[in-house]
Amino acid sequence: MDISAFVLFWAAIFTSNILLTNFLGMCSYLSVSKEIESSIGLGVAVFFVLTATTALNWLVHHLILVPLHIEYLEFIVFIIVIAAFVQFLELIIERYAPALYYTLGIFLPLITVNCAIFGASLFMVIRNYNFLQSIAFGAGSGIGWLLAIMMLAGVRRKLKEKMIPVGLRGAGISLIITGIMAMGFVGFSGIVQIQ
Amino acid sequence: MKRKDIFLTSAFTENSVWRQILGICSALAVTNLMMNSLIMGVGVIFSTAFANMTISFIREWTPRSVRMMVQTLIIAAYVILVDIALKAWLPQISKQLGPYVGLIITNCILMGRAEAFAMQNKPLDSFVDGVGAGVGYTLVLLVISFIRELFGFGSIFGFQVLGAWWTKWSIMVMAPSAFFILAMFIWFINTYYYKVKA
Repeated sequence: MDISAFVLFWAAIFTSNILLTNFLGMCSYLSVSKEIESSIGLGVAVFFVLTATTALNWLVHHLILVPLHIEYLEFIVFIIVIAAFVQFLELIIERYAPALYYTLGIFLPLITVNCAIFGASLFMVIRNYNFLQSIAFGAGSGIGWLLAIMMLAGVRRKLKEKMIPVGLRGAGISLIITGIMAMGFVGFSGIVQIQ
Repeated sequence: MKRKDIFLTSAFTENSVWRQILGICSALAVTNLMMNSLIMGVGVIFSTAFANMTISFIREWTPRSVRMMVQTLIIAAYVILVDIALKAWLPQISKQLGPYVGLIITNCILMGRAEAFAMQNKPLDSFVDGVGAGVGYTLVLLVISFIRELFGFGSIFGFQVLGAWWTKWSIMVMAPSAFFILAMFIWFINTYYYKVKA
């Protein structure tokens, strides 16, 4: 891939948003988007962890897995790296920034099973990004995810008192809103293509 | 509970996708073609069933504090098997599915079944429960991909069924349609299968 890291960063936010075009991280996206405050908290946590773990996993993949020819273990190794990093971050935040821990800390365990984090690492390997591109892609994907969950939380707050068909309440209406948002983002897709 | 009931509960009444809204990342991503959905579904059935059985086998020796890690590692081992098998026998489809095979590991269905069923039940029952959950998931995938492939490409499992007169709907190939169809599907199930009322 000979695409500049800067372009990749914007592309990861808009033209191939990790949630709206690649469908990653849907579980926590649907369940945490009831309140704007908590969705921003989770979004920020996802942004930090996604950027850091994509970079870490790049290092692990290219400095350990490839030289030893054990690329088939990448799934297990990536998961362990992500879980260990989240644990580590939780300890650090709890020790040095207790105030932040109370707002962000509760979301950290949720992040280990957020498929956006793991998915970004897999995309990074499949598309053969270099180190700088990986960081840009991770950061862009994180911001894209934050943007998507904030938009959904905003719309859902307005919908709280509305008459929605019973069977569509909850997940159904959230999916339709997400579909409309995804249609909006299709409009960006002509700018740059990174598949 | 009889094995048949375990299967039916886990596949239909308590279906992971439409009842618990789990595992929809991949349900949305691989449904543009029916063949991809079927292969993905078989992969999920295999990994859920065997991971459930293995987790149930060692449930009495697993300390509670590290059970999440143990479950994840067992699931990952089976998903690696699926991935290697696909790469060897179906390289074309493996390429199209891309990262979504690996993402079976973080598919909430597997973790959900392990926590909710395999940790309390016997290995064989857990195996049946895993097959049920996988079949329920595959069913949803096939319904969504049937609509998307028929309107988007005019074909079913790659066979052209709608002739040249058919104008292909490009929206069905793109991401937004997956969200809309899954939403409609959940609405339909809620109204006619569970008959929810206000």
